[in-house]
Amino acid sequence: MIEFHNVSKRYPGFGDALSQISFKLASGELAFLTGHSGAGKSTLLKLIAVLIRPTNGQVLVNNENIGHISRRRIPYVRRNVGIIFQDHKLLFDRTVFDNVALPLVISGLSHREIGRRVRASLDKVGLLSKEKALPVTLSGGQQQRVGIARAVVNKPPILLADEPTGNLDPELSREIMDLFAQFQQVGVSVLIASHDLDLIGQMGSKVLTLNEGKMVAGGMRNALREHLR
Amino acid sequence: MISPVVYLARHMQVMLATLGQMVRSPMSNLMTIAVMGIALALPAGLHIILKNVQQVTAQWDGAAQISLFLKQTVTDKQANQLASILQQRQDIKSVTSITRIEALEEFRQNSGFGEALEALEDNPFPAVIVIYPTEQSDNLPTLQGMLASFKKHPEVELAQLDMQWLKRLYAIMDFGRRGIWVLAAMLSLSVLLVVGNTIRLAIQNRRDEIEIIKLIGGTDAFIRRPFLYTGFWYGLSGGILSWLLVTLSIWLISEPVSQLATLYNSDYSLSSLDISSSFILLGLSISLGLAGSWLAVSRHLHAVEPE
Repeated sequence: MIEFHNVSKRYPGFGDALSQISFKLASGELAFLTGHSGAGKSTLLKLIAVLIRPTNGQVLVNNENIGHISRRRIPYVRRNVGIIFQDHKLLFDRTVFDNVALPLVISGLSHREIGRRVRASLDKVGLLSKEKALPVTLSGGQQQRVGIARAVVNKPPILLADEPTGNLDPELSREIMDLFAQFQQVGVSVLIASHDLDLIGQMGSKVLTLNEGKMVAGGMRNALREHLR
Repeated sequence: MISPVVYLARHMQVMLATLGQMVRSPMSNLMTIAVMGIALALPAGLHIILKNVQQVTAQWDGAAQISLFLKQTVTDKQANQLASILQQRQDIKSVTSITRIEALEEFRQNSGFGEALEALEDNPFPAVIVIYPTEQSDNLPTLQGMLASFKKHPEVELAQLDMQWLKRLYAIMDFGRRGIWVLAAMLSLSVLLVVGNTIRLAIQNRRDEIEIIKLIGGTDAFIRRPFLYTGFWYGLSGGILSWLLVTLSIWLISEPVSQLATLYNSDYSLSSLDISSSFILLGLSISLGLAGSWLAVSRHLHAVEPE
């Protein structure tokens, strides 16, 4: 579902944020992306969401090389990629229901279909009773779950999460991770950028480790070593 | 793909939602609408006044007359002969001749300088033949041709076309029309900029929302849509306001105008915006609203990119 072939991203004047990255994430596979801050985690996620373009190499999302797609095509690529943000990025002047419905409104679904899918999605994250609430009345963990409901409401084949548990206590973090595992089980490719190594260890999933823009081989063990160094 | 029915329903929804947003924050929106309304009412009102003036002067169009002042040596008999010759021309409707004595009498009665004339030995007035052209020849080139031919008669001292003042009036009205166009163009531009600026501020206020919509796959058209509908509503309400302002102003001055007309023995009454002009005003206003928002959106939307 996601393939990187020798991908580099260079910011003029700042050197390589990523260099020669290659990896593959299949359908129904969940992987963690770890590394120090500044190692290139965000850059890698941004490449998949076409927020930035690679300097070299190929980024394939659903077998489409998205490195050189036209500006007009970008929204349609993003509809296949559900993104979960550390700061949730909810619209605070709209209800939970309207926030979650936004991707479906963009896709132009009928009113009934939207209602059905939003409630299914909110039910999945356990917030069905909060559909009429405004995000500001929710706790941090609940807001994060609204963000997840919005990311999955369109049933995208790919889910990206950038430090989804960054501000949550271990118990809530574990709940969020379990949610991701459930999406993985129904065939979604999930890529989670995180430095919460305790949690990553518990999950026992594939680990991609970045160090100064380069992929470090060896998975979890190296990730821990990188962390301790 | 989106079905047409759903697409239309979405448009209606955005249209009503943007109206709802405007109604919820009335003060700032009313300011914008008021500026638009007043800016458009000014040229529209002047246009109506000019149109009314044109209607009045259209009735004067057949008022052209040519006065032939005859030489002092021409006798009344010769003058009458000339008048009857002229009467036979195809381009002349009627001819009136005023003898020297009649001219003197008229002056004595009307001017109030009668006694001054007593001091003169001779009658200073020439005989005059007043020519009323037919309606077909009542236009400037023909009249000037006629004038030239009259001047060739040996009896004629001076031939004068009494249309100079009409020509001047037309020139003034032409000037007025141009002036209104220039004013309308300038005020339209300002309306465009006012709407553009209001939409630009709206885009800035909703920066986060635009970024999020872009992140979850909203197309440019989707993001543009509410702003364009906002521009549409500004245009429509500004147009309606300017229509009301013009209609109200015309109504306010129509009473004194018809009183004035009565004094001139006329039953003339001021006409306001007719249906087609009203629609043109509304259409223009809506187009300006849309164009202004389009301008702002196309300039500023690309600047809002998620990071």
